[in-house]
Amino acid sequence: MAQLFPRGSNAFARISIVVVLVVVGTGLTILLNTNRLHYTTDVQVAKKQPVPFSHKHHVTGVGLDCRYCHTSVEESSFANIPPVETCMTCHSQIWTESPLLEPIRESYRTGNPIEWVRVHDLPDFVYFNHSIHVHKGIGCQTCHGQVDQMPLMWKVNTLNMEWCLECHREPEKYVRPREEVFNMAWKPMDERGHAVSQALLGAQLIQDYDINPSTDCSTCHR
Amino acid sequence: MGSPAPIKDPTMPAPVLGPGQTYTTVTQKLSAIITSRTPLGWIAAMLIAGAILQLLMLSATWLLIKGTGIWGLNIPVGWGWAIINFVWWIGIGHAGTLISAILLLMRQQWRNSINRFAEAMTIFAVMCAGMFPLLHTGRPWVAAYWLLPYPNTMSVWPQFRSPLIWDVFAVGTYFTVSLIFWYLGLIPDFATLRDKAKHKISQIIYGVLSMGWRGSAKHWFNYEMAALLLAGVSTPLVLSVHSIVSLDFSVGLIPGWHATIFPPYFVAGAVYAGFAMVLTLGLPIRYFYGLHDYITDRHLNNMGKVMLATGLIVAYGYAMEQFFAWYSASPYEGYMMQNRTFGPYSGTYWSLILCNVAIPQLLWIKQVRLSPSGLFIISMFINVGMWLERFIIVVTSLHRDFMPSSWDMYHSTPWDWGLYAGTIGFFLFMMILFIRVMPVINIFEIRQLVANKSKHAETASADD
Repeated sequence: MAQLFPRGSNAFARISIVVVLVVVGTGLTILLNTNRLHYTTDVQVAKKQPVPFSHKHHVTGVGLDCRYCHTSVEESSFANIPPVETCMTCHSQIWTESPLLEPIRESYRTGNPIEWVRVHDLPDFVYFNHSIHVHKGIGCQTCHGQVDQMPLMWKVNTLNMEWCLECHREPEKYVRPREEVFNMAWKPMDERGHAVSQALLGAQLIQDYDINPSTDCSTCHR
Repeated sequence: MGSPAPIKDPTMPAPVLGPGQTYTTVTQKLSAIITSRTPLGWIAAMLIAGAILQLLMLSATWLLIKGTGIWGLNIPVGWGWAIINFVWWIGIGHAGTLISAILLLMRQQWRNSINRFAEAMTIFAVMCAGMFPLLHTGRPWVAAYWLLPYPNTMSVWPQFRSPLIWDVFAVGTYFTVSLIFWYLGLIPDFATLRDKAKHKISQIIYGVLSMGWRGSAKHWFNYEMAALLLAGVSTPLVLSVHSIVSLDFSVGLIPGWHATIFPPYFVAGAVYAGFAMVLTLGLPIRYFYGLHDYITDRHLNNMGKVMLATGLIVAYGYAMEQFFAWYSASPYEGYMMQNRTFGPYSGTYWSLILCNVAIPQLLWIKQVRLSPSGLFIISMFINVGMWLERFIIVVTSLHRDFMPSSWDMYHSTPWDWGLYAGTIGFFLFMMILFIRVMPVINIFEIRQLVANKSKHAETASADD
């Protein structure tokens, strides 16, 4: 009987073992890391907004406090996206003819709110509360980055669960004095303004503020 | 070598091979099941099994659309048919591994003609079993999150202290090792089929499957070593898998579950159920393909004895459960057992005792062990009985838990039945397909039996 397979079949069979291992290994590595890619998480991707609102201009240039617009960040789970009336406190007086601000004026006239594109969007099965974090000394900048330097808004963190747990497991690495929460450029320092290590300061603040973040499932998944 | 009418030696067991078998007859007969024209009966069986298989498709699809609410499980009985059927199927698989691994290590020659389809049965039964926990999650496509430990962006791991995660490893290992062991044994037979096949395409398919097997001494040496090692790896699995399945229950503090006897009692039950299923499948295969020379009276007798022995261990387990309920002096254990024996599910409990304890006592009688129809009927009772056992364990312990205000009855729905019947359809479909495309009896091991027999005959005649 003639041979069924050509001579090269054995080599092919042996190589196929390696190829399968490499393909499966590479495939799994890619699959397991998809949730960390910028492509998936949108980290450092500036979103196009109906009005190109610049935090950099309004915070660094004008000098607005975060709470001027995000009014409920200290009392509520939700920091608040300001209504168009907040914009109009100034823009009824300045830049009243600017074509870029036409959607603002139109919204003000018609009463239809502007549809901002949400940048920090947690899944609906996650319960998150801004007020407790602000009150326990987690700065805006710790999660949102240096918003005062952002011409358009982008995320600096993935908001993946591993990122939440990093801080819930070791809050001393991130906590700061309550009065410095809204400071965008804070560095660890003592009352006299001398630089100290975050480890030292964090350990003290954990005691002072009675910080004991839970990592139970039901803390966030209620 | 003359062949005078043999005088029956009462100390010698009955032969494991019918008379007059040679290498040629064995190979011809066993490969003809595959190479001959497709019998009409096979097509009919395939159609019936395929029709039942559609129930699985339907029930699973509707489940994925609507969620587990279509099943009868609800608080207080949160573990319903899904876990009952899972344990039932996993248990059935155990006979295949016992036959292929433990009996190989013990050099039991009678395993040779039943190990192949028993192993196939194991693999298909584990597949059926695996469907239930996956479907019970309601979202099987994300079940990997919950079942497998992998470096994830949630920074959490499964609860390694829970037997449920041990179960994932136990069943996963079991399936993998069983599959490899089964495939390894098939390689020399695939080579036989490659050489027997007439059509070019079947030659190539069997050629690829046989992985270049030429039957050289080196091949056989490697084969024997690999088979021995895999038998060694599989042997602890026979005991570990169902022990861990039983821990799903016994780690819980539920009366009727929290018992130290559970692991051995589950393992014995698994082997019991497995041999019943081997007979349920093997007897019809033997009948339709006329394999009486390979699955002989000796096999039937031995399988009957194994069922009798494991059945007695299971009966001992039932007795001990009753005893513990009294001896623990715990009012909850006592009430659970009283409720199980005389409560609303007492009918199920006594049916279980009938199927698993009373009727199998007929196996003490040798005529019953040698009668295919008798064995088939008893094995059917055991198949049912083992399902009832899991039903009793799951439902009677849960439906009246510690808080009387939440007591309720468990009512299965047609979708419970549909999914369960559907997996039986899947199982039969795969078995029938397997019979037609792979050697249902290990050809080369039967040839070895022929070789051993002629060697013995030579020695015997030399002694004369």
